[in-house]
Amino acid sequence: MIASCDLTFKYHNSEQELVFPDFNCPNGGRFLILGDSGSGKTTMLHLMCGLLNARTGKVEINGVNLQSLGTKNLDHFRGKNIGVIFQKAHFVQSLTIKENLYLPSMLTKSAITSGELNVRSDELLVRLRLDHKANSLPRDLSMGEQQRASIARAIIHKPKVIFADEPTSALDDKSTEAVMSLLEEEAQLVGASLIIVTHDQRLKSRYSDRVELKSIAR
Amino acid sequence: MNLFYIARKNLSAKPLQTTLSIILLAFGIGMSSLMILTEKQIQDQFDRNLKDIDLVLGAKGSGLQSILANVYHIDAPLGNISLDAANEILKNPHIESGIPLAYGDSYMSYRIVGTEHSYPEHYEVDIEEGRLWEDTYEVTIGKEVASDLGLKLGDTFFSSHGLLDKQDAIDDTLAIHKNAEFVVVGIFKASSSVIDQLILTRVESIWAIHGDYGDDPDKNREITAMLLKKRNNLAVLTLPNILRETNMQVALPAIEINRLNDRFSVGINAINAIAFLIVILSFASIFISVFESMQTRKYELALMRTMGGSSGSLYKLIILEGGLLSTMGAITGLVFSRICLLILSRAMQDKFKYSIDHMSLVMWDISETLNYICLKFKFLCGICDKINELRQFVNIEYYSPEVLIVFCAIFVGITASVIPAWGTLNRDISRTLSED
Repeated sequence: MIASCDLTFKYHNSEQELVFPDFNCPNGGRFLILGDSGSGKTTMLHLMCGLLNARTGKVEINGVNLQSLGTKNLDHFRGKNIGVIFQKAHFVQSLTIKENLYLPSMLTKSAITSGELNVRSDELLVRLRLDHKANSLPRDLSMGEQQRASIARAIIHKPKVIFADEPTSALDDKSTEAVMSLLEEEAQLVGASLIIVTHDQRLKSRYSDRVELKSIAR
Repeated sequence: MNLFYIARKNLSAKPLQTTLSIILLAFGIGMSSLMILTEKQIQDQFDRNLKDIDLVLGAKGSGLQSILANVYHIDAPLGNISLDAANEILKNPHIESGIPLAYGDSYMSYRIVGTEHSYPEHYEVDIEEGRLWEDTYEVTIGKEVASDLGLKLGDTFFSSHGLLDKQDAIDDTLAIHKNAEFVVVGIFKASSSVIDQLILTRVESIWAIHGDYGDDPDKNREITAMLLKKRNNLAVLTLPNILRETNMQVALPAIEINRLNDRFSVGINAINAIAFLIVILSFASIFISVFESMQTRKYELALMRTMGGSSGSLYKLIILEGGLLSTMGAITGLVFSRICLLILSRAMQDKFKYSIDHMSLVMWDISETLNYICLKFKFLCGICDKINELRQFVNIEYYSPEVLIVFCAIFVGITASVIPAWGTLNRDISRTLSED
């Protein structure tokens, strides 16, 4: 389960304090964080990933309070339990798509064997119709392929929570449906909670569990 | 897949930048290494050939030329001196011993030197095949002479008048002394001394080939020089006065070689300064290359942090990249210096009949260091012994200045990578990710 409680944050160069609404998402659940541009969605996502330190309040993932972890443990915890899909897909450009998929396991020194990792990445690439691009460099993939590859990378290590930042912002209705279905399907397959952070109102009807970020600045 | 693999892939993804950094570093290190090796090897050769020769008694003229001609055999002799007069000097109480040298002829550019058995004994050169010369026209040849000319025991040859190079010796048939043949009776072991390049015989052989032998027993015989070993330092002070009114002089090898070194030192220092400048430029190139790549890779590094990479492991990655780059540059530099040394060695061999051991890696007596470590840390003795055994097995010696340059290069290469990475890796990940 992922939960946030009394979460506040203040940027160094700002007088305003951001106060975020509490929320709970059960294991395997789906949750939508909706808000306009500049409403603090990405800040909230970064707080929940432990990329930013909250001024007050806490974020708990499966009972672990992120604020209680030291930097190294937090990095390790994030690598093991969280998968993030960014608005714009980014990769280590010198590595192939398959090698990019190996990164989370390598960086967290996961106990998974290279054989298992190989099998899992092959399965994932087939499922996401990227098997023909396994040995291609990221720059050789189309935007759609890059987005699918970043989904693969976010779920290859079977995280507990998947965060997706604006996954559909630049997509038409048909592509939005395809990407969301894919995300939900993959999250369900690995048993992860899926947290979507977006300004895309089209997703509102899709998620009953949601918070809307409005006037959070104080 | 590991960090080393990623570092390697990152470097190979920018082939032009990587190659430029490696070439610059290799050139700088190669030049420094070449200077160190050349200086060291020439100095060693000079020291080896000087071996306890305190004074050189020869005809009046340039002291330096006398040393270069009579000790190192790389210059023309100044002229001849009387054997009787030289023997008188030997009786001086301040002189311990002397070795006569008589030469002026050669075979295929190798000098034929008339001397005594004390000459090879002085250099502690052993016989590999055959024996030392005994009779007139018998010669014992240096290893290099035997290898280069393919001479074997029992082979005979005619000498040429003067110190002609190989081609001139073939072309100038008039210069050949056809009145007598020399016969090879022995071959010396290689000694890395001047003996390797010489053909040694009796002094009488040199006189005989010029028709000076046997006609008149009272005739004043001449030699080219006499290598003297002093009994005490008074020899240096008194001999110049004694010789003032004669056609002879004594030259002090130590002083003349120092003078020679002084003359070369300006040029050597200039080359060293250029090499240093190139090394600095190469580090600047690595710095700029990493700095620029940090601008484009900051998102990549932030991304790796979100995937569980600690800042420590990302530093390791950057250090590996800088280390790999500078190690490749250093290795290429060492290879480059060896190739240059090989060319230089060939040139010296052709011109002066002097060879440089171009295959020697860096010469530093690692045993001393290992013994010191053993003394300080007794538990490491086993490891040190193993390294020593291995070193002796592969016969590789090391020389500290060159090793130092390589280690410095790797260290500075790493530092040049870490400094620009410092700012990027210490940045707020969230801010980096939000900027894009």
